[in-house]
Amino acid sequence: MTHSSPSSADYNYTVVRQFAIATVILGIVGMAVGVFIAAQLYWPQLNFDTPWLTFSRLRPLHTNAVIFGFGTSALFATSYYVVQRTCQTRLFSDKLASFTFYGWMAVILAAVISLPLGYTSSKEYAELEWPIDILITIVWVAYAVNFFGTMMIRKTSHIYVANWFYGAFILVVAVLHIVNSAVIPVDWMKSYSVYGGATDAMVQWWYGHNAVGFLLTAGFLGMMYYFVPKQAERPVYSYRLSIVHFWALIALYIWAGSHHLHYTALPDWTQTVGMVMSIILFAPSWGGMINGIMTLSGAWHKLRTDPILRFLVVSLSFYGMSTFEGPMMAIKTVNALSHYTDWTIGHVHSGALGWVAMVSVGALYHMIPRLWGKTDMYSTKLINTHFWLATIGTVLYIVAMWISGVMQGLMWSAINADGTLTYSFVESLQASKPFYLMRAIGGVFFLTGMFIMAYNVFKTVTAEDANANFNKAA
Amino acid sequence: MSTFWSSWIIGGTLIVILGCAYILRMVIVDTMGEEGKEMPHKFDGIVEMNNPLPKWWTYMFAISIVWGIGYLALYGVANYEGPWQWKSANKIVYSLAESKAAVLAEKEKGAIIQYDMEMAMAKETFDPIFAAYAAKPIDVLAKDPEAIKVGQRLFIQNCSQCHGSDARGQRGFPNLTDNDWLHGGSMEKIKETIMHGRNSTAMASWSAVLGGEQGVKEVVAYVRSLSGRKVNAKDATAGKAKFGICAGCHGIDGKGMHVMGAPNLTDNIWLYGGSERAITDSVANGRIGIMPAWKDILGHDKVHVISAYVYSLSNK
Repeated sequence: MTHSSPSSADYNYTVVRQFAIATVILGIVGMAVGVFIAAQLYWPQLNFDTPWLTFSRLRPLHTNAVIFGFGTSALFATSYYVVQRTCQTRLFSDKLASFTFYGWMAVILAAVISLPLGYTSSKEYAELEWPIDILITIVWVAYAVNFFGTMMIRKTSHIYVANWFYGAFILVVAVLHIVNSAVIPVDWMKSYSVYGGATDAMVQWWYGHNAVGFLLTAGFLGMMYYFVPKQAERPVYSYRLSIVHFWALIALYIWAGSHHLHYTALPDWTQTVGMVMSIILFAPSWGGMINGIMTLSGAWHKLRTDPILRFLVVSLSFYGMSTFEGPMMAIKTVNALSHYTDWTIGHVHSGALGWVAMVSVGALYHMIPRLWGKTDMYSTKLINTHFWLATIGTVLYIVAMWISGVMQGLMWSAINADGTLTYSFVESLQASKPFYLMRAIGGVFFLTGMFIMAYNVFKTVTAEDANANFNKAA
Repeated sequence: MSTFWSSWIIGGTLIVILGCAYILRMVIVDTMGEEGKEMPHKFDGIVEMNNPLPKWWTYMFAISIVWGIGYLALYGVANYEGPWQWKSANKIVYSLAESKAAVLAEKEKGAIIQYDMEMAMAKETFDPIFAAYAAKPIDVLAKDPEAIKVGQRLFIQNCSQCHGSDARGQRGFPNLTDNDWLHGGSMEKIKETIMHGRNSTAMASWSAVLGGEQGVKEVVAYVRSLSGRKVNAKDATAGKAKFGICAGCHGIDGKGMHVMGAPNLTDNIWLYGGSERAITDSVANGRIGIMPAWKDILGHDKVHVISAYVYSLSNK
């Protein structure tokens, strides 16, 4: 069935524009901090003996800025855009939409101030202290009401697959955040977790892994399901595949967190279940990649001329690679080698740079001209430059961490004929040093691409005439 | 774990895994219209095809489900222990004695406890090597380059956190290469220190006894004069009169006492720093250093080899 498309004037694009710009700016901020702390690992003197410039305080700032600043803003922007367009209706509430933007920016601002000051709950990816956590909860509930409210008043008979994923992401992140952030406050910026010992660790990694599973995977799959077929102008490959991989993905992911705690005080059965679920999760994860990449069948030639599509397709390749790597690393035997090494950091970044950032960038390049009523981005050439910088940067980063990580794992477990360890920890650190430089260089590549994007976006949105852009002039 | 919670976990696990199998079968059996055609809904210009699932992907998914159930059956979930009664380790033990008892108990049960098995295998392989070293006296081992290498590696893994990779120590942790010994540097004494640890290196706070700041200042001046530093002569003389209090441990001449673990104050080697400030801090607030006992952690034979390495550092 077809519906008459409402003109874009009927949609609330204001909040989408706000979040789109926030994505670009916070991407630069978060990645710049990332490059800086990567450089600190090579040149430790870069902390300048200043407490708030030390790795320990800037690392959580980096992760919070890229996950909750950059990534989540991209999800806000695209979910508000996609839910309106695929439900053919304006957002449920403009006021709530505006509240989520300013509320979320307040959260990010609070993170940027409190983390360098050293306020932390010490839970990875959930470092923000309890008053900020409460603000996150309020904003998130407003987001959920607005998103699901929009779905309720939709003018289409079915709910498009992208919205299933966005919906799952919004619901589960709410649950994860509330459960893991349960604390007993001591004062305004200090609290203690209500959980103790191994339970606390399990709750933390149930949260941590599903922040990856639902925020960085399900949310971005929602993004992929809209922008890939849209940009490729091809139908989605298989509706039935999207059903099975959606339900299997969300059912399995929530069980997999304990693979972060292999060979610890966590009960064995919990580790066993985490490993089994992680491995079964492999196929459903790839379901999304197959559906995205196969959507291009018959349109492969477009990759030659369309760098936006290139961003989207390469992001799917990195998604496929890291969702193969993840279940593999969840196998206890492999984990014994990879755990606590740089391999984990490489794995995270092949997902974060290769998948999350690239698919967001592709989506933004698709969306931004449409949001500001332009036909195209200011410069396709600059998108292409950005694409190559991002790809080279990601490859440099993950190759460096693979080598360094596997080397660390092998060095730490190498033993002599007498049963003593062959290498001291310092020796493995020394061996890793060149790869820390390589990683930092990869980061510089990626960050440079983001600056180019910012320039391109600026030129696009400030262009006076819809057609007066660089491409047309050339 | 109660039967309720055990069933809850096993039930939940199976529902999720079998649920995946169910939904996989469902979308294969129910073709939802004609295959290869477009689905009858359209969203913002996006249509969805009704293509079948890729075969290789379907098999991969099905195999991983079967494998998962098989793995759970072998390794256990919740109260179900599986045929091998596999455990990574005996996690609910609180002492070495309990751990040893648990190892015996599991042998009787025929359970597979991975950590204990690996440790038993390591013991079998490596203990004879160390037993052979332990049969030789320390000063002989100290001249055996192979033994020294082994000792150094054990040192790096177990001792370097405090004493440094090069054994030169750091503030609060003695340098082991300089022939200045708190508890004696004979091979017997070194081994005794590592085997049983040292707890006797506590120095009390002397501020009150010495009559406050001025008294401390005087004693510090005298102590600094012992190693030839330039000090206020008046303070040093006054300090010398008070040094009798210190002599109980550090000796009348300030050269220290191994029995007390009291450092020599005349040799310009400073465990806690030799600046006026650091010494003032030591005298006014006291110091405490603890060397843990390694007998139960590494066992006699490994301690013997480490002793030879440490001995070799100052007895080339």
